[in-house]
Amino acid sequence: MFTENWSELTPDERFDVRMQAWMEPGVEFASPGVRQAYQERVQLFRDAIELKKPARVPVAPWIGLFPGLNAGLTARETYYEYEKLHGAWQTFHDEFRPDVLAFSINIVPTRLYDILDYHLYDWPGHGVPEDAGYQYNEKEWMRDDEYDLLINDPSNYWQRFYLPRVIGALEPWTTLAPFTDLVEGPFTGPFFIPFGTPPVQQMLKTMLDAGNAALEWVQAMAGMDGASTAAFGIPGFAGGATKAPYDTLGDTMRGTRGLMLDKFRRPEKVLEACERLVPLAIDWGVRAADVNRHPMVFIPLHKGADGFLSDEDFRTFYWPTLKKVLLGLIEQGVVPLCFAEGGYNERLAAIHDPEIPAGRMIWMFDATDMKAAREHLGGYQCFGGNVPGALLTTGTAAETEAYVKQLIADVAGPGGFILGSGIVIDEARADCMKAMIDAGRRYGSEI
Amino acid sequence: MPHELTTAVAALREKEALALVDRLLAEGADPVGIIDACKQAMDIIGERFAAGQAFIPELIMAGEIMRAITAKVTPHLSGAPGAAKRATIVLGTVKGDIHDIGKDIVATMLDIAGFDVVDLGVDVPEVRFVETARERQAQIIAMSCLLTSALEAMKRTVAAAAEAGIRGEVRIMVGGAPITEQVVAYTGADGWGKDAVAAVELAKAWTGGA
Repeated sequence: MFTENWSELTPDERFDVRMQAWMEPGVEFASPGVRQAYQERVQLFRDAIELKKPARVPVAPWIGLFPGLNAGLTARETYYEYEKLHGAWQTFHDEFRPDVLAFSINIVPTRLYDILDYHLYDWPGHGVPEDAGYQYNEKEWMRDDEYDLLINDPSNYWQRFYLPRVIGALEPWTTLAPFTDLVEGPFTGPFFIPFGTPPVQQMLKTMLDAGNAALEWVQAMAGMDGASTAAFGIPGFAGGATKAPYDTLGDTMRGTRGLMLDKFRRPEKVLEACERLVPLAIDWGVRAADVNRHPMVFIPLHKGADGFLSDEDFRTFYWPTLKKVLLGLIEQGVVPLCFAEGGYNERLAAIHDPEIPAGRMIWMFDATDMKAAREHLGGYQCFGGNVPGALLTTGTAAETEAYVKQLIADVAGPGGFILGSGIVIDEARADCMKAMIDAGRRYGSEI
Repeated sequence: MPHELTTAVAALREKEALALVDRLLAEGADPVGIIDACKQAMDIIGERFAAGQAFIPELIMAGEIMRAITAKVTPHLSGAPGAAKRATIVLGTVKGDIHDIGKDIVATMLDIAGFDVVDLGVDVPEVRFVETARERQAQIIAMSCLLTSALEAMKRTVAAAAEAGIRGEVRIMVGGAPITEQVVAYTGADGWGKDAVAAVELAKAWTGGA
């Protein structure tokens, strides 16, 4: 609940309340000028979202490990050495001046992963080289015969089946009963018996250590983000994250391959599970937006990209439940920030859905034809992205500037456009990154 | 005879296809004929994929059905002459990248197309690509990546192949989400495929087969 009268507000009023909160973040800015720069940047995004002509195109590259790597840190140091990262973060924002902060959500808490024996990812020094970023371990973490367990009670499934597989330290949770067994007195004893066993007690101690590491991590991330906002007037791009239900299943539960086979072998279970995950996804996003007082919720999209499904299957398996999540967020005044990784050319017609209120969300694209995106989404939803990661890695500053100039000329007018990178940037040429941001500001002022 | 099987596999009707294979084997049908019928079905799916009428799930499902049928038929193949392989391809996801979905699809499609595929897995150091290619007298090295940060590893692998003096015998293809013509030039590879079917076509073209 964001305000006391929240239930009486319309979705548009809630949107406005959240936007005003973003405009007044409670940060002690270095000077009135910095405060003004911050508010001008927020206004650029609000105008872009509401399809008004902004003072200029906002420039919002997804920045991952780049600040650390550009400062000469290894990927491992970027994750583990909070003080070094803090310095690199400040230097990056001072030198590059994007309109949003680098994406600290991508500085994943590897110290915590060490404590938890986290199996879902590999990270530098733990399964991938010290100079590589974190990566998924693709696997069928959820078995193909477990759909009914998930559908019947997602929390029970997560706690007693899924999490003990993906987090080594939580393996003893398999011995615990569901918390819903705690109905009344006589059943309390049996429920607590496993808590007396050494494995469960060790698990709880490990969770305390993990909690301490998580606090250190969040203080470090909030500290470096807050310092960059205060010093340079740069807002964060999102207040939290959520996922499309089909991606929750396909990314980290059944796996890409597992879910693709399920689509043939048990399609009705896939659909039922996606439906079951809708309210969880909405609640996750809204809670994060409330806590962080930021209107935008990041939604990375994976398994609905071009080639991953036919158009018919996208409209059957992927879009209906993603759409429910989007509508649920918008109802609460939250702005869904969809990041459509890969190509979305075949999806543009489907996502131009008249039931999604206009001017209330953002589509950031990667390898999508931006002129086609403009044709479908122009005047309907804010969109952007697209500067290729490969260009920033293997191209030149001149090529990057030319690309941005052309992109803005092609699709930025008369508003509703955000310049961004097609992917989250870890490694890139510094001169290309600078060229992208500077060109975005220069040519983005001329729309 | 197995026209019915070709239809079932091409339509991805898994249970029907497997039951049909059981019946054909029980009736003493020629196992090589069964495999040939499946390969015809795979060609149909490949054509549909190239035409934008089938997608990655269809390729994966087809590969799954093909794998199950091959397992059923293999015990009946003893004594039958194995089909000559087209050429040897050493394939893997490059150093620093552990993504295997795309690489696995390409491996399956190359295998079905009759290539001898040596799959080195993921996070493969450049020296392993080069040494394996030399040991196995491979004609092609195929490198996959998902991460832009892995492009350097591709470049290093091409350089390592040149340094080892095998660039005269081995052609190198790359594939993965960040790959463009510009990236191919940057890595020094000989070519790329935008998807698994394109990779198979390129491999066939390089090894002189249709």
